[in-house]
Amino acid sequence: MTPLLDITDLTVAFATDGAPVTVIHGLDLAVASGETVALVGESGSGKSVTSLAITRLLDYTGGRISGGRIAYTDAQGAVQDLAAATPQTMRALRGPEIAMVFQEPMTSLNPVLRVGEQIAEAVRLHQGLDEAAALAEARRLLARVRIADPDRQLRRYPFELSGGMRQRVMIAMALSCRPRLLIADEPTTALDVTVQAQVLRLLRGLQAETGMGMIFITHDMGVVAELADRVAVMQHGRKVEDGSVGQIFAAPQHPYTRALLAAVPVLGALSGQTLPRPFDIAGTKLPPQDTVRDETPVLEITDLVTRFDVRRNFRLRGRVHAVEQVSLAVRPGETLALVGESGCGKSTTGRSVIGLETPTSGMIRLDGDDITRSTAASDRRLHREIQFVFQDPFASLNPRLTVGFSIAEPMRTHDIAHGAEAERRVHDLLAEVGLTPEHAQRYPHELSGGQRQRVCIARALASEPRLIIADEAVAALDVSIRAQVVNLMMELQRRRGLAMLFISHDMAVVERVSHRVAVMYLGQIVEIGPRQAVFTNPAHAYTARLLAAVPVPDPARRDRSLDLDDSEVPSPLRALSDPPIVRPLIEIGPDHFVARHSVGGRY
Amino acid sequence: MSASVAISGAIRTPLGEFWRRFRRQRLAMFAGLVIVALAASAVFAPWIAPFDPSAPDYDNLLDGPTLLHLCGTDAYGRDILSRIIWGGRVSLTVGFLSVALGGVAGVVIGLVSGFFGGLIDSVLMRLMDVLLAFPGIVLAIGVVAVLGPGIDNVIYAIAVFSVPVFARLVRGNTLSLKQTLYVQAARSIGVGKSALMLRHILPGAMPGVIVYASLRLGTSILTAASLSFIGLGARPPSPEWGAMLSDGRSFLGVADHLTLFPGIAIFVTVLAFNVLGDGLRDALDQKLR
Repeated sequence: MTPLLDITDLTVAFATDGAPVTVIHGLDLAVASGETVALVGESGSGKSVTSLAITRLLDYTGGRISGGRIAYTDAQGAVQDLAAATPQTMRALRGPEIAMVFQEPMTSLNPVLRVGEQIAEAVRLHQGLDEAAALAEARRLLARVRIADPDRQLRRYPFELSGGMRQRVMIAMALSCRPRLLIADEPTTALDVTVQAQVLRLLRGLQAETGMGMIFITHDMGVVAELADRVAVMQHGRKVEDGSVGQIFAAPQHPYTRALLAAVPVLGALSGQTLPRPFDIAGTKLPPQDTVRDETPVLEITDLVTRFDVRRNFRLRGRVHAVEQVSLAVRPGETLALVGESGCGKSTTGRSVIGLETPTSGMIRLDGDDITRSTAASDRRLHREIQFVFQDPFASLNPRLTVGFSIAEPMRTHDIAHGAEAERRVHDLLAEVGLTPEHAQRYPHELSGGQRQRVCIARALASEPRLIIADEAVAALDVSIRAQVVNLMMELQRRRGLAMLFISHDMAVVERVSHRVAVMYLGQIVEIGPRQAVFTNPAHAYTARLLAAVPVPDPARRDRSLDLDDSEVPSPLRALSDPPIVRPLIEIGPDHFVARHSVGGRY
Repeated sequence: MSASVAISGAIRTPLGEFWRRFRRQRLAMFAGLVIVALAASAVFAPWIAPFDPSAPDYDNLLDGPTLLHLCGTDAYGRDILSRIIWGGRVSLTVGFLSVALGGVAGVVIGLVSGFFGGLIDSVLMRLMDVLLAFPGIVLAIGVVAVLGPGIDNVIYAIAVFSVPVFARLVRGNTLSLKQTLYVQAARSIGVGKSALMLRHILPGAMPGVIVYASLRLGTSILTAASLSFIGLGARPPSPEWGAMLSDGRSFLGVADHLTLFPGIAIFVTVLAFNVLGDGLRDALDQKLR
């Protein structure tokens, strides 16, 4: 049988100021009906460009197919070469034959049209139905992607939906024309783990129903293991390895595939150990992180509350209870991980500590001294001793300043060093984070993602802080880079005795770095305790749900999660008269506390 | 992805990056050259102008263009080309000074207003709204009426009506830049308010200001000419372009070149500034990747 899609020797080039740059070099790839092929690689490996080439959306991005053949067998059994197809042919194919789902569901939906109208439009265009019939079909599609109460959801605008719902709407649109090939470009990357698990399961179910072929582009080996039949690994625009998912995971041939798999943090890797331990990179085993010193906590938060008023027409309409009575302490040399899904208040907690948000009430102590009341002196101390590392290193560096200038800024601000002394320290810091003094002269856009995050860490170290708050600091990095940066942070912790508040949604990374873990849900801490206790023996239903949703990079353990909780996390926005109930934490083990309250209707 | 391919070797500064992109805008480059030429001819007027701009030539009154007088002469026999060249001094000075004054005041007001918000913002912005509510020329006439006619007062008048637009522009940019992660990062380091405004926010707002200043220069020159035309700006012997138009008005149909050439001078200058402004926008607006 001929495959649905058969790419041979595909070459793609982009025009630049100078000579065209070739980004795909002689790619071969085949997809059969009912088969899922995962296209794996790090950023810049050419996996997204491949998908753009297949749909020929490439033509609108300045790229050009400079060689090769993309043979596609359509519903009538005729084979067409998409590499040479006219725009008219392609327009007829996109939708009924080939559909796409993109990474960012917010920007791929039109913000001013109701969800129902958008789906109905796709249906009308390709199936020639009238308005009413198209809307009915849209309702049926929403029900099919397991959206509860489709009648009501049809009338909503994209901004009224959560990220997971939006992605399901995108999938509904893509499926509206019963495509025979679905290309999903990192469709779950922007989603929370529990939502990701829901979407993956949905895609798998839909594929079984329709028998479509699927190209799944991702950098997450866990997702690959969950979903793929075959895997193609790409690096620098070349396919380096290709094989069945079992083969790739069990016996990777190419060194790059092996490196990629080794860098994937696996949840449960440290389940037998009390202390966190850095990743084993290049075969070197690093010692466990025995850095915690039993001294006065560097940071101690007591009953921190941060609420945001929601006003409409000058009247107070409700409150977002972002942080509700959160108490925690971080000791010198200790890493406390704050985990939870988007909107749970973990970032707001961190931002409230350094004064980027104003807490409503509660107490913040730095080295035992109350600094809740902001004075000029306490602010100086706070900003010097606690530093923040943001998720997006590019956005958190001023694009108009050189890297060296940015790193020296805390020194100047806190009068630590000036002139030649500052320059010397900048060079030392760059060396400490694994860069060279030459990088000081560069601008942020000239560095790679990993280098930028190293710069941000160097900047955070410049004022010689005692605590670093890392807000999803490694989430935006490629896996191999992520492992390096995590190891760097742990090494710095060891060398400088740093305390760390590690805010993250990535349970596997959290297992690597943290001594203790606090789980947040709807602004409250629902479970806090030693990492090993929380991970091996989760006492709260939400912790268990979070852990169960993490994709396991092992295709043999695929079908374990069939009864996943499909419910949505409720909104932290509440009416004025309806303050949330904060349940007290009960000690259930040494230093292990859990809140007894309901999650998704269950106790 | 393609960015990582493109950046190799040499360090690229924002200025270098701007120049690289601006150079590709052929039309804007040409407009820039026209403006440089106009400015140079104004500065070196005493050496370039073929005649004394106020010296009458009673043998050639209201002459059309001849080889001797390339743009003809006016009712007193003064050489129009020379007057235009000298007049460029007045027009360009008025344009640059009024935009500089109005721009600086507007940038400061906008930056303070956007950064601090609250009451300061409300008061300053209502003030700007009042100024914006008047049509520009009416406001300028009002200011000149209060201060009295004369070229100095024309500069102040035009500056006043440039302030609110710059203030609005910078306030908007400040509001959005205030939310950027790098400004928040600077805040989290403990960077002071003045450093935040001057080092992190203002440079980000400047591209817009530069583009708008260029467009505004054209408008200002036009307004100055209008004020002179209705007798509120430069006084008659002065070879200001608007005043020349005013002089020539009585001879329309008899000696059209009296109004034609100063008109062309105004047209070319304003057009050049507008084209330059568009080019600057294209070169500056694009985000550094």
